[in-house]
Amino acid sequence: MAYDKFNILTSTAVPLPLENVDTDQIIPARFLKATKREGFGDNLFRDWRYNSDNSLKEDFVLNNPIYSGKILVGGKNFGSGSSREHAAWAVYDYGFRCVVSSFFADIFKNNCLNIGVLPVQISPEFSEQIFEAIYDDPKTEIEVNLPAQTITILSTGAQESFEINSYKKENMLNGFDDIDYLQNIKGEIESFADGLLL
Amino acid sequence: MSKTLFDKVWDSHVVRKIEGGPDVFFIDRHFIHEVTSPVAFLGLKSRGLKVLYPERTFATADHNTPTINQHLPVEDPLSANQLKALEDNSNEYGISHWGLGHQKNGIVHVVGPENGITFPGATIVCGDSHTSTHGAFGAIAFGIGTSEVEMVLSTQCIMQPKPKKMRINVNGQLGKGVTPKDVALYIISQLSTSGATGYFVEYAGDVFENMTMEGRMTVCNLSIEMGARGGMIAPDETTFAYLKDKPLSLKGAEWDKAVAYWKTLKTDADATFDKEISFNASDIEPMITYGTNPGMGIGISKHIPKAEQVEGGKATYKKSLDYMGYNENDSMIGKKVDYVFLGSCTNGRIEDFRAFASIVKGKKKADHVTAWLVPGSHEVEAKIKEEGILDIITEAGFSLRQPGCSACLAMNDDKVPAGKYAVSTSNRNFEGRQGPGSRTLLASPLVAAAAAVTGVVTDPRDLI
Repeated sequence: MAYDKFNILTSTAVPLPLENVDTDQIIPARFLKATKREGFGDNLFRDWRYNSDNSLKEDFVLNNPIYSGKILVGGKNFGSGSSREHAAWAVYDYGFRCVVSSFFADIFKNNCLNIGVLPVQISPEFSEQIFEAIYDDPKTEIEVNLPAQTITILSTGAQESFEINSYKKENMLNGFDDIDYLQNIKGEIESFADGLLL
Repeated sequence: MSKTLFDKVWDSHVVRKIEGGPDVFFIDRHFIHEVTSPVAFLGLKSRGLKVLYPERTFATADHNTPTINQHLPVEDPLSANQLKALEDNSNEYGISHWGLGHQKNGIVHVVGPENGITFPGATIVCGDSHTSTHGAFGAIAFGIGTSEVEMVLSTQCIMQPKPKKMRINVNGQLGKGVTPKDVALYIISQLSTSGATGYFVEYAGDVFENMTMEGRMTVCNLSIEMGARGGMIAPDETTFAYLKDKPLSLKGAEWDKAVAYWKTLKTDADATFDKEISFNASDIEPMITYGTNPGMGIGISKHIPKAEQVEGGKATYKKSLDYMGYNENDSMIGKKVDYVFLGSCTNGRIEDFRAFASIVKGKKKADHVTAWLVPGSHEVEAKIKEEGILDIITEAGFSLRQPGCSACLAMNDDKVPAGKYAVSTSNRNFEGRQGPGSRTLLASPLVAAAAAVTGVVTDPRDLI
């Protein structure tokens, strides 16, 4: 499924400084029954956002009008657990285009890259700086520059660079997905398969 | 050049290397289920693509199926719709489909091995993180997202950077009542839930060499819970004996040829790993978790650690204990248990039911405990009956449900109510994993059985 190209994103950010935020929190399993990719943003962090009677949990950050933006800043080991791409869809469909953390779980990170959410891994120290800046001033803007591979706290000028492999970077910049690439080398894949025992 | 087991299997499946990018990685076997495949098929349709090798994909319904009255229509319309989508998509594209009610139906990571779909040296993926289970056979097996399911359906490849390599050695003799589940929970408790992120693990040492295939599957299954993409164990005579004569295993001369190749799938003596860790089997007790991730486990006789004794943020730790309703330094022994769940791709095989029965035999289920005993497949269910295990558990006041993922992820009606405690043989104790507000204690089938008959957390060694 095609997604919007990613270039330079400048936005306020939503802080979620908990560690080990797992995919069952990002989207609980009971919301995985759809056969289409629709409505997942409504159930992002469902059980942290809503009480069992569907009223809002006032103390959860997504329900706090002070914080908003297209960048979600999480704690260490963000996205651990299940391979459900629904977690990345929920993040994207809610309106986030970038998740920042000092450490990502593998499959979640991979899923994000495949659907157009940029995972930006930064040092624990820089993560602390971002949280401080947002708590000091929720209007603080963060600039995520994919071409330059930098993330900057605009109010302080503090900056760090981040890693992304050149292939995935090119895909994100152009809104391409892997399937386009694979389709183009199908002949090579078929020759490879012909040589297999099983 | 010297290679690890992982290198040998990985390198033999690289169709193309991309400079500065991932490898184009060929997939031998692809499992699909009803939850993570429908959107992939929609993607195929919208692009007008076909399934390149339908014979390499296998569909089974498991995540979102009822575990009682499977002969009746599924009541929840959303679940019924997902099951129908899997059936329709499988039929349309010529994919083998073991749907609800089919004699081969069961949890994907149980039916794959028991039918010989899994084999050494294979690359295996599924839109499910516990695909790592199949690593027990010396396969590279890991979970993928739905975009990748679509890639595998249409091109039999995904694009993956090669992970780093870690070897975990466990040597020595396991103590009484210590099962493969305990070995895995112990390793995760030592490494944390992210300790192996970015790595693919090889398990080595005599503890794994002496394990049955089912035990190895339990260990490899839980690799993802320490952050690893997967874990694998070198194939040996135990592996070959398990696979020989399985319905879809190779036969005759082809089998012999395959075994000769599989015997070469070992890490070379001088091959190196990015990280290597060793543990002593004698340090491992029956384990239980007390928190909200699988790394929060302790020996069953131990007390819950104090915040200053654990790594990581104190706020996160406190939130976790508050959710569980536990305090620092509490003893786990004697904690009240409301539910017991035996099953899942981690511990839903016949050896797990034998272990459970060995404890409950001649005893009675505690009155206040609700127990869900869910076989991993119809084949497991049949063996439970054949071996007299059904009689033992029935006598003890338990009943048997029908196969599926069930309360492991509680997509169906098998939900633990808010605030209740469940000792579960499954793989995740995340907040709400077994139902909104549910509290999960992960443990082995022996610990689950001990809890089921006493109604509290109990050291199974006292009942053996």
